[in-house]
Amino acid sequence: MEILLIIIIGLLHAGGLYMLLRRSMFKMIIGLILLGNGANLLIFLLGRLVKGNPPVIEDGMKVFSDIYADPVPQALVLTAIVIGFGLQSFAIILIKRVYKVLNTDDLDELNSTDEEI
Amino acid sequence: MSNSTIVLPIIFQFVAGTILLFFWRKISVQKVLSILFSTLGLGISVWLFLLVWEHGILVTQSGDWKAPFGISFVADIFGVTMVLLSSIAGLAVSIFSAGSMRRERLEFGFFPILHLLIMGLQGAFLTGDIFNLYVWFEVVIISSFVLLTLGGKKQQLEGALKYVSLNLLASSLFLIGIGFIYGLTGSLNMADVAIKLDSLQNRGLVSVTSGIFLVAFGIKSAIFPMYFWLPASYHTPPPAVSAIFAGLLTKLGIYAMLRTFTLMFGGDEFMGDIMVILAALTILSGGLGALLKQNMGKIFGYLIVCHIGFLIAGLGMYTELAIMGTVFYLIHDIIVKTNLFMVSGLILKINGTQDIRQLGGMYKNYPLLSLLMAIPLFSLVGIPPLSGFWAKIFLIQAGLDTKEYVLIGFIVLGSFLTLWVIARLWGEVFWKNSTDLPKKADGLYFPQMSKIDQWLMVFPIVLLSGISLYIGFGAENIILLSQRISLELMDPSGYIEAVLGLKTINP
Repeated sequence: MEILLIIIIGLLHAGGLYMLLRRSMFKMIIGLILLGNGANLLIFLLGRLVKGNPPVIEDGMKVFSDIYADPVPQALVLTAIVIGFGLQSFAIILIKRVYKVLNTDDLDELNSTDEEI
Repeated sequence: MSNSTIVLPIIFQFVAGTILLFFWRKISVQKVLSILFSTLGLGISVWLFLLVWEHGILVTQSGDWKAPFGISFVADIFGVTMVLLSSIAGLAVSIFSAGSMRRERLEFGFFPILHLLIMGLQGAFLTGDIFNLYVWFEVVIISSFVLLTLGGKKQQLEGALKYVSLNLLASSLFLIGIGFIYGLTGSLNMADVAIKLDSLQNRGLVSVTSGIFLVAFGIKSAIFPMYFWLPASYHTPPPAVSAIFAGLLTKLGIYAMLRTFTLMFGGDEFMGDIMVILAALTILSGGLGALLKQNMGKIFGYLIVCHIGFLIAGLGMYTELAIMGTVFYLIHDIIVKTNLFMVSGLILKINGTQDIRQLGGMYKNYPLLSLLMAIPLFSLVGIPPLSGFWAKIFLIQAGLDTKEYVLIGFIVLGSFLTLWVIARLWGEVFWKNSTDLPKKADGLYFPQMSKIDQWLMVFPIVLLSGISLYIGFGAENIILLSQRISLELMDPSGYIEAVLGLKTINP
């Protein structure tokens, strides 16, 4: 299972970076979304994958006796997804506005703030 | 020592922002309330500062979960100093924007977002948990996105796109770094992480993780290869917004770097060398960029980059004196950079342009205002005994101690370039004969503004210039403060003990 996740994370990061380096604004935001998802999966993986052992202490016990699934990474990923969702929706609206005002999708043409002295 | 009142600044700013939301579109009420809340917030920060100055590090555990398991809030002297500075900058910008911003910009929630931005900053300065730091970072950047795009001018949207995309990338990298930290140590509490990273065998992985953090915070604080978004976006919003960005947002990245690289990755020599190189290049590229530009907003944008180099240099040298110089420079820089953009806003309001080729005659027409504006400009250069001078002395002294002679050369070069830029600015804007500028028909210029608005624009500049003068002339107090901060940063055992509630760390 780990190896599969590692491959997926690698693909997400590679795809995200590739999309970021394209000239289109729209592809750039897709790249950022892919990178964000890759980061979320990475946290999930680094929290160790454990199957079928909920983090619940059994009756009559004081501490965990067996291996258990760590709930913290899941909480982290959930938080990161929510935050990422907010930021990405802002970015998409921004891109729509930029497209409407400047009438171009090409990042190479968005250089008026750099070029003028 | 445990004390749950240390989260008061965060809660207060949140309440302030929420109350302001109820006065949607009632601009005059919002103006009065925002200034009132900012003043109260400053009072709370001063109180917290004095409390921590007297009692040492204060800690509270949210939900009363014991230290490494819950989220800890830590008020150490570095954190509360930053909270205090952010409150001062927040108050100044709140007053300045009440006087200078156009109604159509203020109508869509400028003041509530400003308070939420300050809340995010103060949360980041007070948290003791690395993931919580990430969450506060996001609070800060989402507020800054809104402030940057408010008004929706063409230039603003273009600058905002660059700012937003690079900040999202930095956030992803920060998140990846946190994932690595959690995988390595199984903890998120910075004090706990510090202990566990220390005893880790695989130093290579620790170095890689610190590298990811360097890139993530490097983008946020605009150090050398990652600074291009800053001069492309900071001059596009109204000067009041640029002022709060210049003063606090890049410095948040520096704060996070100082915190993580002293507490968690303390004294990694390889990273130190990289930082020294990056610092030299940052100083050079920022200084040369500022020399090239003709728009005042852009010149100041490049000067921010240049002076970020000084801050990184101190961290790279990593001696007590160097950190002390960095902290002193940080205190000076937050006040001066906020002030600079307000000065540029005032000049824009008087003349209707920021192009220094067209400006002129400021000294002849407004002699008193020009003298006032001279204070932040000359403080920035560091003419003794103004505030920038002392910090550079410590940085150069630290460079001599650690034999970083090339870096000293770059620091001196950076100061010289700053001097050149400011001298050019002074000559063009203040001394040159004035030219007849075309007046915009719908523009409201400074002489036509009401007396109250004029004072609202001038007063924050007076306030921050006064603080700058105090940092320069009362330097012994600031030295005392930065010495204490650098001692706490260089020897984090006090911080760790306070957070985890342990008596001894190392037998």
